Amino acid sequence: MTNRNEKKAGGYLLNTLLSAAVIVLAAMAPQLGASVKGVTILWQLCYFIILACSLNLVMGFLGQLSLGHCGFMGVGAYAAALISLAFQRAGIYTEKSGAAFMLVLLICILAAGLLAALVGLLVGIPALRMKGDYLAIITLGFGLIIVNIINNLPFCGMGGLSQGSAAPALYANGLGFVAKQLVSYLWIPVVLTIVCVAAMFMFVRSKYGRAIMAIRDNEIAAAASGIDVSHYKVLTFAVGAFFAGIAGAIFAMCSSTLSTASFNFTSSSILNSTFIVVMVVIGGMGSLTGSSAAAVLLYLLNYTIKNGKWVHALPLFMRQAFAYPMLVYSIVMVVVIIFRPHGIFGTYEFSLYNSVSELFSGKRGKKVPVKEAAENE
Amino acid sequence: MGAFLTALFTGLRLGSVYALVALGYTMVYGIIKLINFAHGDFIMVGSYTLFFTVPVLREAGVPAWLGVIAAMLVCAAVGMATELMAYRPVRKTGTNMTALITAIAVSLILENLAQAIPAIGPNPRTVNSIFASGGVSLSGATLSWATLITIVVSLVVMFVLYSFTRGTRLGRAMRAVSEDKQAATLMGINVNSTILITFGIGAGLAGVAALMYVAQYPAATNVMGTTLGLYAFVAAVLGGIGSIPGAMLGGFVIGLVYSFSSAYISSSLASTFVYLILIAVLLIKPAGMLGKNIGEKV
Repeated sequence: MTNRNEKKAGGYLLNTLLSAAVIVLAAMAPQLGASVKGVTILWQLCYFIILACSLNLVMGFLGQLSLGHCGFMGVGAYAAALISLAFQRAGIYTEKSGAAFMLVLLICILAAGLLAALVGLLVGIPALRMKGDYLAIITLGFGLIIVNIINNLPFCGMGGLSQGSAAPALYANGLGFVAKQLVSYLWIPVVLTIVCVAAMFMFVRSKYGRAIMAIRDNEIAAAASGIDVSHYKVLTFAVGAFFAGIAGAIFAMCSSTLSTASFNFTSSSILNSTFIVVMVVIGGMGSLTGSSAAAVLLYLLNYTIKNGKWVHALPLFMRQAFAYPMLVYSIVMVVVIIFRPHGIFGTYEFSLYNSVSELFSGKRGKKVPVKEAAENE
Repeated sequence: MGAFLTALFTGLRLGSVYALVALGYTMVYGIIKLINFAHGDFIMVGSYTLFFTVPVLREAGVPAWLGVIAAMLVCAAVGMATELMAYRPVRKTGTNMTALITAIAVSLILENLAQAIPAIGPNPRTVNSIFASGGVSLSGATLSWATLITIVVSLVVMFVLYSFTRGTRLGRAMRAVSEDKQAATLMGINVNSTILITFGIGAGLAGVAALMYVAQYPAATNVMGTTLGLYAFVAAVLGGIGSIPGAMLGGFVIGLVYSFSSAYISSSLASTFVYLILIAVLLIKPAGMLGKNIGEKV
């Protein structure tokens, strides 16, 4: 028992130390001379990680396919942009710095998450009566409806807050950081990502998480064991939408204008509901580590294919295939599904404490016999 | 009156196209319980086939609509290839969800592969007009020949397909497989080849739908199948998935809802109404208008 407590405390200590180190590093980005281009990549990575992990809650842990996840992100992004714009027009802050602005930022991020969660709740209550294929289609439909409604709301277009008519693009954004601000505020998405991923990790390890995984494994057996299936389904859906909303707030922070085309089912860029599904599937349904790793890897892969010089050195047919990277990703996805139906990581979760202690005790590569491990507990 | 009739004709014409596509969805779903997301993209395949064959046929002095034969053959071949290369291996190892994700992946592969083929490219391609222009005038609205042909063809196709599944040996095999695969195997039906043929027929119907669609909107793009496929899927669900007359009825209803809501309410909100219908149907009567309700077995 002491061993387990020790392990738990050690784990918390190590994780906190590492997170603190990363945050300090991010906060020192201007002093370290980080370029705006490089920092923009980090911002985008942050919202992709949160988005992939939050979809994994629904897909991997609850076992329901949702195809409208970017719709919730859109709600969050528009909410954050419009609320901050309202504060700006009301004169609460004029420059993007100072205590008042930080407070506004916090309010916007929370409001983005809560509003997305509310929409998730409204969508989830009717949608989650469906299963499997029908749920997939109904979430797809809701995702499109959300985008369509935002397109037609007069205060979500042009100048924002009813300055101008309804349009698929919003040209005013109260918290859109530009150029140097992206570098000096890099710590915000980093803190948000660490907090969100940690919260999701704790969520799946809690009694709620266990109930959700029981539903995934066998719905009827879960219901028979006294788990309120529809309650937990809607709860998970809303929690997933909450984090997608926060990812949307980060998206709003690093873009000076918003367009609903970013939150569609498919699009030419990699930010769309389908591509998030690709990330979750390739990373491993049921592994937050896998989702984060897949989000980072696929994003960087896409980035280098689009901008890298090495692509020119490839043979012609490869270059032509890479001109449409989505083609490559979808073929990879089919191959992964055929040969590793649970994704690359499966349900494996990375644990810093375990890897470090293995490293120091020299046990790396050697598995502790099950019996011995049980006696140690 | 004229505006009303115009909306009615547009709706019926769109509805017939949706119905043809929905028939393919319904057949595949009925037999392997899979929403074939790539089905909409078969229409894209068919449209590009028409883009290449119509000028050739014109040169040869043959009616342009004969290109539909090539479209059907190419679509059927693509449909069977997807079944052999993607769906069948996944069906052996995966779950329902992995099968559905595979379908999405296949759809993406088809869309992006079309772009990657140099003769097609990412820009829209215009398909030359296929049917003669003109039509019947009816109190201010024109019922064009193309509209009339579209509606009649889709009704005929539905009737032929319905009698095919009722009367022929192969049709009965399809119905048997969709009801119980194991029992069908025991009765000496080759389940895998029956599924393959179903894919072929469903995709072939998409070839016909492609002709009807490009006769109305003469542009072939690589993503044209996405929305079309979704509306057709809504039609299939509305009519009761697995039911051939249901797919037809659903297709017409969706076509009419789309054309009337864009004519009388707002064209940018028309798709929202279509999805709202889907949501309403799934909540009120999940089995659809003509479908059978099957309870869940433990």
